Amino acid sequence: MAEIILKNITKEYENGFQAVKNVSLDIKDNEFVILVGPSGCGKSTTLRMIAGLEDISDGDLFIDGERMNDVAPQHRDIAMVFQNYALYPHMSVYQNIAYSLKIKKIPKSEIDQRVHEVAKSLGLEELLDRKPGQLSGGQKQRVAMGRAIIRHPKAFLMDEPLSNLDAKLRGQMRVEIADLYQRLNTTFIYVTHDQTEAMTLGTKIVVMKDGEIQQIDNPTNLFSYPVNKFVAGFIGTPTMNFFEAECAEENGLVVLKTVAGRIVMNDAKAAKLREGGWIGKKVTGGIRPEHVILSQDGENTVFSGKVNVFELLGSNAIIYVETEAGMIVMNTSQVQVYEHGDKIALSVIADKVHVFDPETERTVTN
Amino acid sequence: MSTPKVKRKFKRRYDKLPTVLLFVLPALIPLIVFWIYPICRSVYLSFTNWDFISPTYKIVGLKNYISLFRNPRFFEALGHTVVFTAGTLIPTIVLGLVLALLLVRNFHGSGILKFILFSPWITPTVAISIVWTWIYKTDGGIANTILTALGASPLKWISSSDTAMLSVIIVTVWKSLGYAMIFYLSALERVPGELYEAVALDGASKWRTFFDITLPCISPTTFFLMIITMVNSLQAYDQIQVLTQGGPSGSTRTLLYMYYQLGFQEFNMGQATAVAVVMILLTVGLSVIQFKASEKWVHY
Ligand SMILES: Nc1ncnc2c1ncn2[C@@H]1O[C@H](COP(=O)(O)OP(=O)(O)O)[C@@H](O)[C@H]1O
Ligand SMILES: [Mg+2]
Repeated sequence: MAEIILKNITKEYENGFQAVKNVSLDIKDNEFVILVGPSGCGKSTTLRMIAGLEDISDGDLFIDGERMNDVAPQHRDIAMVFQNYALYPHMSVYQNIAYSLKIKKIPKSEIDQRVHEVAKSLGLEELLDRKPGQLSGGQKQRVAMGRAIIRHPKAFLMDEPLSNLDAKLRGQMRVEIADLYQRLNTTFIYVTHDQTEAMTLGTKIVVMKDGEIQQIDNPTNLFSYPVNKFVAGFIGTPTMNFFEAECAEENGLVVLKTVAGRIVMNDAKAAKLREGGWIGKKVTGGIRPEHVILSQDGENTVFSGKVNVFELLGSNAIIYVETEAGMIVMNTSQVQVYEHGDKIALSVIADKVHVFDPETERTVTN
Repeated sequence: MSTPKVKRKFKRRYDKLPTVLLFVLPALIPLIVFWIYPICRSVYLSFTNWDFISPTYKIVGLKNYISLFRNPRFFEALGHTVVFTAGTLIPTIVLGLVLALLLVRNFHGSGILKFILFSPWITPTVAISIVWTWIYKTDGGIANTILTALGASPLKWISSSDTAMLSVIIVTVWKSLGYAMIFYLSALERVPGELYEAVALDGASKWRTFFDITLPCISPTTFFLMIITMVNSLQAYDQIQVLTQGGPSGSTRTLLYMYYQLGFQEFNMGQATAVAVVMILLTVGLSVIQFKASEKWVHY
């Protein structure tokens, strides 16, 4: 239970590399915040600065209103689940979970009761006497969480906790973590490079790239209103299609002209494009695969080309189409089987088109 | 009808034996010639009255052992061996670890320092010991010069039976310190950094971290060093020979040195080999005890 505030935090490593640049973030009491971004974007560094494992080069960190920059990790009352679990190899599961309480000189009987409580909630009761070396990945993961839970810390930090698990277990643990958050009702900061994980777990997602925050938003907004091309491409699978287009005004309508056709912008987007002075200029268009549709008549064709790969996923199919505008991916639920080389004409749901400034890559239609 | 099955099993287990022997033999031959045969020979000789020179000798049964166990000199030497072994083992391990902890973080000149501390280990013990006889000189030796400078009264070092054992122990510890340090350095570097971070977040102090994380993680190295140092101490000869020759008045006579004196100075090879056999049993016994005990405190 803590409010954590990062104010213009920068991390410069000894070699001069800036891993985190001027990051500001307000994490409210009992909030579940997810830091997501590609590998090397500074997620772990940010988390480790909050935990006190890494010095803060510049800026301020407040926990419950108190400046924490120079407070040792021992005194921050924050628990962390490490990517490789970092269980104490020579201690049993019981001792691993009990360790922080033992240090606090809490009476043995109380420790025992709390360890059993935690072990029960995580399904670890049978394993209390085992050493970490005798556990599977998923079990180690649970022990690592148990070690964090038992302390009732101010905040939980998790650094890619599921990345060492296989896909099935990952899905299962994701549900358990969500459940844990509901039960504990504490501040969670969760780091992952996996956008699916972020989208399914989070209410507040922080997208990072190259040490900088790109966007802080909920999953729906991240998906529908990405602030720039990076976020648009990073969130969602298969990734958004990007294409070159020219913004033009025809018969009082604002349209995006692609190599093979045109997309008519709705009033809201048209207004933004006019406002921004984009008429007559080159822009980058973006459309998610699920918003690419088959062109019924020749009229509204935006892309045309040949089927390259056809992946049938059961209720839907992913079709990779080689078009004049490059590869366009379509995710459709109208399952119709295509062969490699089949000719296909594509259209888009115009309301779902994103338009980006080709220079700054910022979204111009939000 | 299980005989054929057993036979086949037996056959399968041993049909690779010739091949295995072919590869192992080159290593086995020196072992047999220089180790197993001499041990067996020693055990045999300990039941004789050979004087090291005569071509003939008689089997005397347990006589050598009986007189050994009636000889106060033997128990004195046994006591000295225990004092010497414990006196070298504990400081070598403790100080070796302290040095490793100080030097594990690289700083300017730490490489040179490590090399200097390690160099006694690769210098012949005889050479080291000769230098230490100068250091220990009662008049004008460095040891006493330092003591006087510190305001303490000078000691007689290797010339007094009160301090001779201490002097030999100091030389031995000084020599093996760097060796222990090198092993501890690599052990400390192998402790995963994440463990230190996890334990810090769990709220442990530096002190607790050392006892709860560092020591258990390096326990296999501690165990290895305990065995090696113990065996080395039981076999120490060079420094005793150069520094004190077992004296003054037998105060540095260990079992090994007693063996040497009995065999090569008093030409009582039967007695000497009896001492050697006792030493072998002692070494094996102590090793077994250490291995048994290690199950409790060594974490692999
Ligand atoms: N100790 C260090 N010294 C120098 N650069 C580092 C150090 N640790 C991490 N980095 C660099 O900082 C960047 C961010 O690292 P990290 O926070 O671990 O990324 P993430 O967790 O998002 O994958 C990476 O480019 C990494 O190479
Ligand atoms: Mg990371």
